[in-house]
Amino acid sequence: MTTENLPGLPEEPVARRGMFGVKDSGDTSGYNRLVVRRPPKPVSSRPYGSYFDEVADALEPAFADAIERVVVDRGEVTFHVRRERLVEVMKHLRDDPALRFELSLGVSGVHYPHETGAELHAVYHLCSITHNRRIRVEVSCPDADPHIPSTVQVYPTHDWHERETYDFFGIVFDGHPALTRIEMPDDWEGHPQRKDYPLGGIPVEYRGAEVPAPDRRRSYS
Amino acid sequence: MSTTETEGRIYDVAGQDWDELVKAVSESSEERLVVNMGPQHPSTHGVLRLVLTLDGETVTEARTVIGYLHTGIEKNMEYRTWTQGVTFVTRMDYLSPIFNETAYCMGVEKLLGISDRIPERAQALRVLTMELTRISSHLVAIATFGMELGATTPMIYGFREREMVLDLMEYITGLRMNMAYVRPGGVSVDLPAGAVDKIGEFLKIMPGRIKEMRKLLDANPVYTRRTKDVAYLDLTGCMALGVTGPMLRAAGLPWDLRKSQPYCGYETYEFDVPTQNTCDVYGRYLVRMAEMEESLKIIEQALDRLSGPLKGGRVMIDDKKIGWPSQLALGPDGLGNSPDHIAHIMGSSMEALIHHFKLVTEGFRVPAGQAYASVESPRGELGAHVVSDGGTRPYRVHFRDPSFTNLQAVPATCEGGMVADVIAAVASIDPVMGGVDR
Repeated sequence: MTTENLPGLPEEPVARRGMFGVKDSGDTSGYNRLVVRRPPKPVSSRPYGSYFDEVADALEPAFADAIERVVVDRGEVTFHVRRERLVEVMKHLRDDPALRFELSLGVSGVHYPHETGAELHAVYHLCSITHNRRIRVEVSCPDADPHIPSTVQVYPTHDWHERETYDFFGIVFDGHPALTRIEMPDDWEGHPQRKDYPLGGIPVEYRGAEVPAPDRRRSYS
Repeated sequence: MSTTETEGRIYDVAGQDWDELVKAVSESSEERLVVNMGPQHPSTHGVLRLVLTLDGETVTEARTVIGYLHTGIEKNMEYRTWTQGVTFVTRMDYLSPIFNETAYCMGVEKLLGISDRIPERAQALRVLTMELTRISSHLVAIATFGMELGATTPMIYGFREREMVLDLMEYITGLRMNMAYVRPGGVSVDLPAGAVDKIGEFLKIMPGRIKEMRKLLDANPVYTRRTKDVAYLDLTGCMALGVTGPMLRAAGLPWDLRKSQPYCGYETYEFDVPTQNTCDVYGRYLVRMAEMEESLKIIEQALDRLSGPLKGGRVMIDDKKIGWPSQLALGPDGLGNSPDHIAHIMGSSMEALIHHFKLVTEGFRVPAGQAYASVESPRGELGAHVVSDGGTRPYRVHFRDPSFTNLQAVPATCEGGMVADVIAAVASIDPVMGGVDR
């Protein structure tokens, strides 16, 4: 059988096999051969719509090589920025009269273990009071080299937020004035919000039946 | 090396040894004193720890230590369905649970792409409960603030008034706190019979009570001396530190998300954004007082709509794939049940039973992506960064809690001031440690 005229097989990693979380029994659901792949990385092209084009126009001339991709999704814009240029980009976003993102709403980490080479993400939400706009800046770093430059110099409010992201994800923010744990005890091992960190918990007896720990319960995802 | 050599002399306080301590300190030649305030201290608003370096009574360095109330809510949510997540977020900032729920649900709704399809009655109910919660939260802020400065009357008044709000919340949602009332797609249950009258009564009593509180505090010489020009933080400082809410508005910027980036239909309500330009504790107090009065206006308008044009409307989205049954009535077991719905799924339709079972145990799937939704909570911008991988559980939920961010202002507002003003400064930030540590 020739496969030349068939569409190429999706390359994205497998998100899930089967249905209904069935793992240990036979094919009782009839869906065991189902393979669900992760959606491809979204990339948006111009025009982005809304005020996003104006923001991109003000940002791109100076930082065309710093922006990996732009994603417009559900009425929000995300600029994926290379970590080497992050501090410059943030400074420009804050100071440029056409951008003026004076207020940062902090840093949030996300762990995507399936994104090889970009497992750890730091997400910054910025708000411009001058123009009443919001954007999102996203930076990624590999698990093997979890370093992202600190932006405390640009947005002093990132002090605690970066400490929190370091605490929970193990992202090291280079140049942070005092990068220590903030929520967990100082001598804690591991970074709890990572996907490979177990939730823990013990089974609980309720009305004669045993309810397993939350991470042992059946998952439908 | 012993700690005495590295840290200097250490004084322990074990109780009933105050005289000995004072004697030992006054005999010491060292001027610099490091004091641990908290985490168990009545005036640090829960388990907040302040490490103060004192030179006499002047604070030269104030460091904030948090994490004593970290409960891993964000991690736990990754192991529950999207709807179950509401019961977790409501416990974060426990003085303003409805705001946590609304921010989270708005994030989920954004991801689902149903933000425009939330019934108007549900939006009005969200506004109503949010504004009630704002009043109760500000009342606690002012009550505990008075107590911390040594005035017990505001404490008694504030908690008495708050009790009225909590009774209302109990009547509307079934619980005083942690009510998990706002759900993705709407709210869990419609207003019970008689709720409109009860809220109407509250609206009659409350303005007088706020006036009473103002009479007690607004021009009180002791109060103004303890609050005016204390814990100064101007607009530049607020912006740099990401401080939002009453602190920012007391620095003169009328930035209120309800006005600037309206949600839940706030653009259709008439209210003002109170500001002050004193940048101090007193200004923040005045802003909170005025905000309560504005909230009363919004509640009145929401109530008019709920009993008028929006009467009998749905409170949950008309989408069977997402909306839980919301026509609930109190059952003999004390839980909310919908007899019609139970009769339908148990008596007439097998498919409806399967669907109900799947919706409740498996939950709905949320398309992959990320969204950020924010509301103006009593303490500032409360944002929820919600990430989905396309499954039935949140992939990651992060809360940008205003208490967490605003607490960073402690060194800026306290250093160089008197140790007694630290109490006023922290109280004017109004941090809730449940929200800070999550």
